[in-house]
Amino acid sequence: MDKKPFEYAPAPESRALVSIKPQYGLFINGSWVEPLFKEKFATINPANEEVLSKISQAGKSDVDRAVKAARDAYTKTWSKMPAKERGKYLFRIARIMQERAREFAVLESLDNGKPIRESRDVDVPLAAAHFFYHAGWADKLDYAGLGNSPKPHGVVGQIIPWNFPVLMLAWKIAPALATGNTVVLKPAETTPLTALLFAEVCQQAELPAGVVNIITGDGVTGSTLVNHPGVDKIAFTGSTEVGKLIARSIAVTGKSATLELGGKAANIVFEDAAIDQAVEGIVNGIFFNQGHVCCAGSRLIIQENIHDEVLEKLKRRMALIRVGDPLDKNTDLGAINSAAQLAKIKELSTAGDAEGAFRWSPECELPKKGFWFAPTIFTGVTQSHRIAREEIFGPVLSILTFRTPQEAIEKANNTPYGLSAGIWSEKGSRILWASKELKAGVIWANTFNKFDPASPFGGYKESGWGREGGRHGLAAYLKGAK
Amino acid sequence: MVTLVDGSEESLRTYLKTLPGVDKVGADQRAAMLATRSIKTTSKSWAIDMAIQMVDLTTLEGADTEGKVRAICAKAVHPDPTDFSVPSVGAVCVYNDLVKVTRQNLDANGGSHIPVAAVTTAFPSGRASFPVKIQDTKDALDDGATEIDMVIDRGAFLSGKLGLVFDEIKSIKELCADRAHLKVILETGELVTYDNVRKASYLAMLAGADFIKTSTGKVTPAATAPVVLVMLEAVRDYYVQTGLRIGVKAAGGIRTTKDAIKQLVLVNEIAGPDWLNPQYFRIGASALLNDLLLQRMKLASGHYSGSNYVTLD
Repeated sequence: MDKKPFEYAPAPESRALVSIKPQYGLFINGSWVEPLFKEKFATINPANEEVLSKISQAGKSDVDRAVKAARDAYTKTWSKMPAKERGKYLFRIARIMQERAREFAVLESLDNGKPIRESRDVDVPLAAAHFFYHAGWADKLDYAGLGNSPKPHGVVGQIIPWNFPVLMLAWKIAPALATGNTVVLKPAETTPLTALLFAEVCQQAELPAGVVNIITGDGVTGSTLVNHPGVDKIAFTGSTEVGKLIARSIAVTGKSATLELGGKAANIVFEDAAIDQAVEGIVNGIFFNQGHVCCAGSRLIIQENIHDEVLEKLKRRMALIRVGDPLDKNTDLGAINSAAQLAKIKELSTAGDAEGAFRWSPECELPKKGFWFAPTIFTGVTQSHRIAREEIFGPVLSILTFRTPQEAIEKANNTPYGLSAGIWSEKGSRILWASKELKAGVIWANTFNKFDPASPFGGYKESGWGREGGRHGLAAYLKGAK
Repeated sequence: MVTLVDGSEESLRTYLKTLPGVDKVGADQRAAMLATRSIKTTSKSWAIDMAIQMVDLTTLEGADTEGKVRAICAKAVHPDPTDFSVPSVGAVCVYNDLVKVTRQNLDANGGSHIPVAAVTTAFPSGRASFPVKIQDTKDALDDGATEIDMVIDRGAFLSGKLGLVFDEIKSIKELCADRAHLKVILETGELVTYDNVRKASYLAMLAGADFIKTSTGKVTPAATAPVVLVMLEAVRDYYVQTGLRIGVKAAGGIRTTKDAIKQLVLVNEIAGPDWLNPQYFRIGASALLNDLLLQRMKLASGHYSGSNYVTLD
């Protein structure tokens, strides 16, 4: 009998779908301009360290130009336009993103390192969905229960992270435009390419010049944008560390802000859970997008009497995770986004070893070039270990146990963060009780990492200020709205 | 072997209650994710040949005749008359009055290695008295069936008469003994919930099934991906508990090569590669075989031929 294992031959998505320019300028006032500040930096493919393009570092004078363009567009065009016309532009952008979905997906995987299966099936469709959803709100804001004729802030400075580049762009730009603001957006320095492709979409949609401006650069550019006096509101997604800096620098300036920061989510598995689906949820919770997810279920808290059974099933499942070429349609876990992030993951994992937790990874061959980290779990983790407290932002899961439901909640809440949590139980009353006790902005029951434009997202405590998505997300872009 | 139950209705009820539930949303999502696996080139050609060997080539119609059986037997031995490198199918599946002629035809055409499977126990509804079900199975065995595809009494299962379902399977298994492999058809389209599918899978395995099979092919939905996934999880877990490796047969609605390859991916990633052979996984089908042959030709020649280049049956 043929006992040969069923190997999946390489099934790469075509790279020819995208054309990447050798270098990019800045997208200001509806057209491409060269930065006044001449410096360029490289953006690379983290899967093989190939240089993809040279990106402009926007300086202070460039930020000035972008903010001025956004202000002019706001006063002269966007704020005067009937709301239903704004909605039409958003619908148009959404449709173009759908039409160019494969292009966005391939480019995202190239620049970020995430598997094409995720960029194709999650990031890009959700990004388009955010534009569709908010397009519908544009002419209905008076009826959203956010006050009588709520008014936009004006010019919004938006800074987005590298983990979901185009999706975070959509989370930021769609509600800002729907509510009548204009935008200066800065993508992360390691993943600027899909934002630059989005600039082309704005041109294709004939969006009035200056409504969306995209400037690239590192943290210095971001800081310049945050501190620019012409910016009325800041929307930031990224680390808690940078979030605190932003909060300090805008204090007493009158600028409002939404901050989506870090997390250390507890994924709680009760003894009466549907075990096989819970195992899937654990895997999805921590290994989705290489664990580069602020709401990742990075602390697994299992009822002690099912710990061994769950662990055995989890290990068997982890052995099936296919690590490798992000463009291969069968890849489950792609590349770590940058050398710096890889170093941070390694540092925290080493701390886990040193503090006495037990590390386990399935056998898997990692590519020689690029930035890679095998899917990893730590068992025997306690609340006092660094890997139970600090956000690792990588494919590393810390496993703890509990004896009673109360203990599970106490452990889950014992963190400076409070972005998300997961509950696995077949008992409805337990789910309702636990979700009331958990101090987290998003709580998933018997699922994990589910996102929808209609559902508000945001955290408690050090996980941030404000909500994005849904009616709550609109409020953040309207003056005085609650 | 570990004995998990003593066969009494009480022990069955108690044991089946210990099984974890199946979350429908999660199971559907996992099956949908596995359906995105992209199987190309060398792995596709391996999968096609494996799928051909897993086909239980089936004819289960009121209109079946000896002539029809002759035709499918010839096809079972050499699915592609122009290419003898194509492997023969896993079995030929017929009603029990046609077992003898099926056996004779296979033997006469160089297919003595191909087992004959017979559907019994008042297939497809299972609505007959117990002695009739026993006689039905005896007839098939006496005529040379070496695989018995029995149906469970879904009415009894749904009304909680687990002992009755268990006893029927156990009696049929005793009849089969060393003479035939027993496949137990759950008819998942009538059990409806995934929790029921998991419970019925365990009930059948505990009663002695060698295979658990999704459907008769007469009820839709049949072998949907999440149902097969739940059954594969059941055989995988049962193996860990008892050391017994039970097979799975997916039947009903698997018509294209794409469908078949999705099933193989499920087997590979849920139960594991140890199940990925005709001894432990079968696909009950008729139209599927021709699509597998067309895709096989396409891979070899680089272009598609048409339906006139594969035989009708």
